[in-house]
Amino acid sequence: MSKFIRNFYTSCVYIFLYLPIAVVIIFSFNNAKHSLVWQGFTLKWYAVLFHDTALLQVAWNSLALAILAASIATAIGTLISVSLFRYRFFGKKILHALIFILILTPEIVMAISLLLLYSFLKIPLGFWTLLLAHTALCIPFVAVTIYSRITTLDTAIFEAALDLGANDLTIFHKIILPLLFPAIVSGWLLSFILSLDDVIISYFVSGPTFNILPLKIYSMVRLGVKPEVNALCTLMLLFTLFAVIASYQSIFKKKLK
Amino acid sequence: MNQSIIELIGVSKKFGDYQALHETNISIKNGEFITLLGPSGCGKTTLLRLISGLEKPDSGKIFINGRDVTDLPPEKRHLNMVFQSYALFPHMTVYDNVAFGLRCKKVPENEIKDRVNKVLRMVKLDTLSKRKPNQLSGGQQQRVAIARAVVNEPIVLLLDEPLSALDYNLRKNMQLELKELQRRLGITFIFVTHDQEEALSMSDRLAIMNEGFIEQLGTPKDVYEEPKNLYVAEFIGETNIFKAEISEAYDDKLSVEIGDKRFILNNKKKLSAKQKVHVVIRPEDITVWGENEITPEETKDMLSGTVEQVIYKGSTVDLIIRLSNGKKILASEFFNEDDENLDYHAMEKVWFDWIPGWEVILPYE
Repeated sequence: MSKFIRNFYTSCVYIFLYLPIAVVIIFSFNNAKHSLVWQGFTLKWYAVLFHDTALLQVAWNSLALAILAASIATAIGTLISVSLFRYRFFGKKILHALIFILILTPEIVMAISLLLLYSFLKIPLGFWTLLLAHTALCIPFVAVTIYSRITTLDTAIFEAALDLGANDLTIFHKIILPLLFPAIVSGWLLSFILSLDDVIISYFVSGPTFNILPLKIYSMVRLGVKPEVNALCTLMLLFTLFAVIASYQSIFKKKLK
Repeated sequence: MNQSIIELIGVSKKFGDYQALHETNISIKNGEFITLLGPSGCGKTTLLRLISGLEKPDSGKIFINGRDVTDLPPEKRHLNMVFQSYALFPHMTVYDNVAFGLRCKKVPENEIKDRVNKVLRMVKLDTLSKRKPNQLSGGQQQRVAIARAVVNEPIVLLLDEPLSALDYNLRKNMQLELKELQRRLGITFIFVTHDQEEALSMSDRLAIMNEGFIEQLGTPKDVYEEPKNLYVAEFIGETNIFKAEISEAYDDKLSVEIGDKRFILNNKKKLSAKQKVHVVIRPEDITVWGENEITPEETKDMLSGTVEQVIYKGSTVDLIIRLSNGKKILASEFFNEDDENLDYHAMEKVWFDWIPGWEVILPYE
């Protein structure tokens, strides 16, 4: 009996988490314009999606932005965590704490502060402001992901490398980078997904010249949830899932070798 | 072969408020196997790291081969270190691990191949060169760590507790292998350990360290048989220590009262009467007699006690004897033609003495 209750409870939690997503996916195949009632299977909303060139442009914008922001954030975040770990310098502890605080900072606060910064410096809102904002958003997540991995390494490894005549650059690219590679990949992925679906910050710092997917969806939904949006969300979900699985597979295979 | 290869003059090191190493002078001869021995926190690893260049001294000078290297980084010192955790690069094969140092020095790849293979053959790992460290046993990883260091042909090899992670039998084998390797390479080994047995059996000389000081530096025989102070005596091997006051002192003899008996002992250190001393006697130097093995006349110059425990160890029988004043004495008895049985039992009254001159007399500090 208690086993039944436990299973029932667990099922409820999972249903609560996954049912809305399932609904979105199911209704992306529903052959009805407005109805929330199942009218039969169709792929026409996907066809509509792929013929909407404006939407495809926006999707491409989002993808390019996410890839760029994730790459820059990963590069900077890696350097931050490596220097926090390897070197002793003035203000190191404060810097370390600041990185963690950034993760906890409400996004709305970050959004408004960035908006104020841009308007103060009179930077026109658009691609560059978005890129800067997304990079800033992602850096602490990358730094924390990589830092937690780097602290599991044996520090004697670096001393051994020094002892064998390696300079800092050699240690970085022959030892630190290969050992941190899995963490760097997961930091990049995390950033990519954060950037791809960020609404709050993007809403404040984007301009009319450069639209991105989350904001486009947000504006489409304000006029009622159209079936194309369901289709779009399903595709985004599939894309991120695929990216995550593919990268974890590649890391996992490397480890087995 | 006898000139000093490493010379430390007045070297000290503090970590924050903690004085890890007090001003130390030590001179290490070319080709010797020297061990830094002491409990954890005694400064032995700090001393090793100062020599390697991984730490900078607060004061003093370090010379290697007559050259002042105090301000040189590790890679310019021609020393290599074997770490306690081995510190192998987990993402590289055995071959790449060993080749790492040579590649850093931009040695041509075909020369690297020859040297790495030669060293791997020497440590019997040539068949495993394509493995990753996590596919090796502890002893094999240990050998990779040693190969990675010696392939660079250092003038001194520094070893920081390299055997402490191995189990007992493997450690015994590695001790022999290390000693053999040192003989073959003919280079100086500086070996750090907290295991006194390891230190005694492997070293040409050992430095006993305590709280940032070198208490004594000497051959294993010196350190064991002529400990400079009580700390060294107690740290190396088992000891029985009697507190006593010298009642009379002459040029080469002195007399002390131990228990209720007077003993005439050698006065090697020219001590004077009324001085308080510790008389240190090793358990294996004590001879024990059962009551029926000895005449009352012979017990005149012996101490007596009751056997509290008999510990059979195979090659010896260890006795814990309690004196009438409550003091416990440890005695190791060997089986030999005089004493084939060593048939002692608990609560038996026994007499014991030692060969005069085999004791060590240390003045109070």
